[in-house]
Amino acid sequence: MKKLVILGAGTAGTMMANHLSRELDLVLWEIDVIDHRQEHYYQPGYLFLPFDIYEPEDIVKPIKDFIPKGVNLINDKAEKIDAAEKKILMHNGDVIHYDVLIVATGCNIAPEEVSGMKGPEWHKSVFDFYTFEGALALRNKLREWEGGKLVVHITEMPIKCPVAPLEFAFLSDSYFKHKDMREKVEITYVTPLSGAFTKPKATEALSHLLTEKNITQVNDFGIKTVDNANKKIIDYEGREVPFDLLVTVPTNKGDALMERSGLGDDLNYIPTHKATLQSVKHPDIFVLGDATNIPASKAGSVTHFEAEILTENILRHIQGEPLKEEFDGHANCFVETGNGKALLIDFNYTHEPVEGTFPFPGVGPLRLLKETRMNHMGKLAFKWIYWNMLLKGTHIPFVSTAMQTEGKHF
Amino acid sequence: MEKMIAGKNIQVNEEGYLTDFSQWDKSVAHEIAHHEGIGELTPHHWKIIDYLQDQHKQEIPLSIRKIGKSGVVDIEQFYSLFPQGPLKKATKIAGIPKPASCI
Ligand SMILES: Cc1cc2nc3c(=O)[nH]c(=O)nc-3n(C[C@H](O)[C@H](O)[C@H](O)COP(=O)(O)OP(=O)(O)OC[C@H]3O[C@@H](n4cnc5c(N)ncnc54)[C@H](O)[C@@H]3O)c2cc1C
Repeated sequence: MKKLVILGAGTAGTMMANHLSRELDLVLWEIDVIDHRQEHYYQPGYLFLPFDIYEPEDIVKPIKDFIPKGVNLINDKAEKIDAAEKKILMHNGDVIHYDVLIVATGCNIAPEEVSGMKGPEWHKSVFDFYTFEGALALRNKLREWEGGKLVVHITEMPIKCPVAPLEFAFLSDSYFKHKDMREKVEITYVTPLSGAFTKPKATEALSHLLTEKNITQVNDFGIKTVDNANKKIIDYEGREVPFDLLVTVPTNKGDALMERSGLGDDLNYIPTHKATLQSVKHPDIFVLGDATNIPASKAGSVTHFEAEILTENILRHIQGEPLKEEFDGHANCFVETGNGKALLIDFNYTHEPVEGTFPFPGVGPLRLLKETRMNHMGKLAFKWIYWNMLLKGTHIPFVSTAMQTEGKHF
Repeated sequence: MEKMIAGKNIQVNEEGYLTDFSQWDKSVAHEIAHHEGIGELTPHHWKIIDYLQDQHKQEIPLSIRKIGKSGVVDIEQFYSLFPQGPLKKATKIAGIPKPASCI
């Protein structure tokens, strides 16, 4: 019997387990899924937790509820991948051999990369919201915070869900308005990018929203240190931004396992072929989700499109057929803009987000790059879709894997 | 669109980044550097430009961190050699696209 191992049971690993348990002949293939956690976290919910929009129960569910029958779930940490020998060394000493390996270990924050970030003020006046603990601690802080300088900050790119910090700034504006204390809060958005976003048309729309919501932008900010004593962040050119409450997105890195295994780049992302999702170095290893180094957004929606293509490529690989070079970098992200509205962006490796209608050209009902209530409903519906369709590898009706160009205003 | 740089008609995008690397040469780099307020390009500037072009050729996404660890320049020096947005200025001078920084 041959063995296919999926490392990581987050968004990507769970989707692949569901797809492959349907597609592989389980008489010939054993499928193992490895994760050291017991719980699956719905990370898009971390944006809503600090503002008391979601409760912890909305966000956390047992991993095993989403792993299909016929697939073995192994609850232990992988310490090292030995790609030459095709085996994984586990924390408990076990050795797991594989014929095909799918790596889906995601990425995580690494606040220790910036001097002073994880200092005495960590989770006192310096918070992240990219972890469950961070988002929860921030919720408790916001409940009692009396106002002052709120700085929303990105350390360096790439980060997962690159629009999340902007959404955090927008939602802060409406949160403090609702609490009737907006005038007591000065919001500043600090980014290493030259604008609100990386792509020109979306940057224009999003910058406009920042201005409209009275949020000050500081661009091209390459942070050097967090000064805990004087509560300010300082960049390499000596620019300083003072804060009373700093909400930062620290450097994101792939799992340290990659470093130990000699598989990652300097941020522990695995060099991956951007159209086939095969590891550049090892033909029996495939990578998807946040763990890759491909130039696509690190987002659940991207992972969903990747999973559809990767499933087909795994079947081809097993049969010795050439892989399909089909992944186009398709991303589809709702951007919460506050006050019950959101906008939607749809883009890929070559096409930037533009205005238009989605998913039906000319009809909608969703509008691209425009703030609407309908888009906000879409964002909230995403939670249901995530737990009930995305993780199970169900195709989302009308949304194609490859990006559509019809209905868009290029 | 086309722009006159160092006496040649060069294809650039709306932000002034070259869209056809084959049109790049050192005189083009010099003129863009002047335009960006960098002044004279020193051997250290050139070492960085070479490195950036090489990484781009290999399709390795560029970031300030990576450059800082490359051994070619540390982050502090990079900021002092190309002040105010070192990566976007250095790539423009090197004739390669502005790093998308991955989105
Ligand atoms: C604040 C925030 C908001 C977001 N909003 C959105 C959104 O609105 N829309 C959207 O599409 N995406 C959003 N995302 C991004 C989305 O959550 C991720 O892109 C997606 O979860 C990536 O899936 P993954 O499987 O690659 O990684 P993960 O889901 O993080 O899973 C990785 C898994 O691997 C396991 N693992 C890691 N290392 C090991 C090891 N050594 N041994 C065993 N197991 C290991 C981990 O325990 C984890 O379960 C958001 C993310 C954040 C942080």
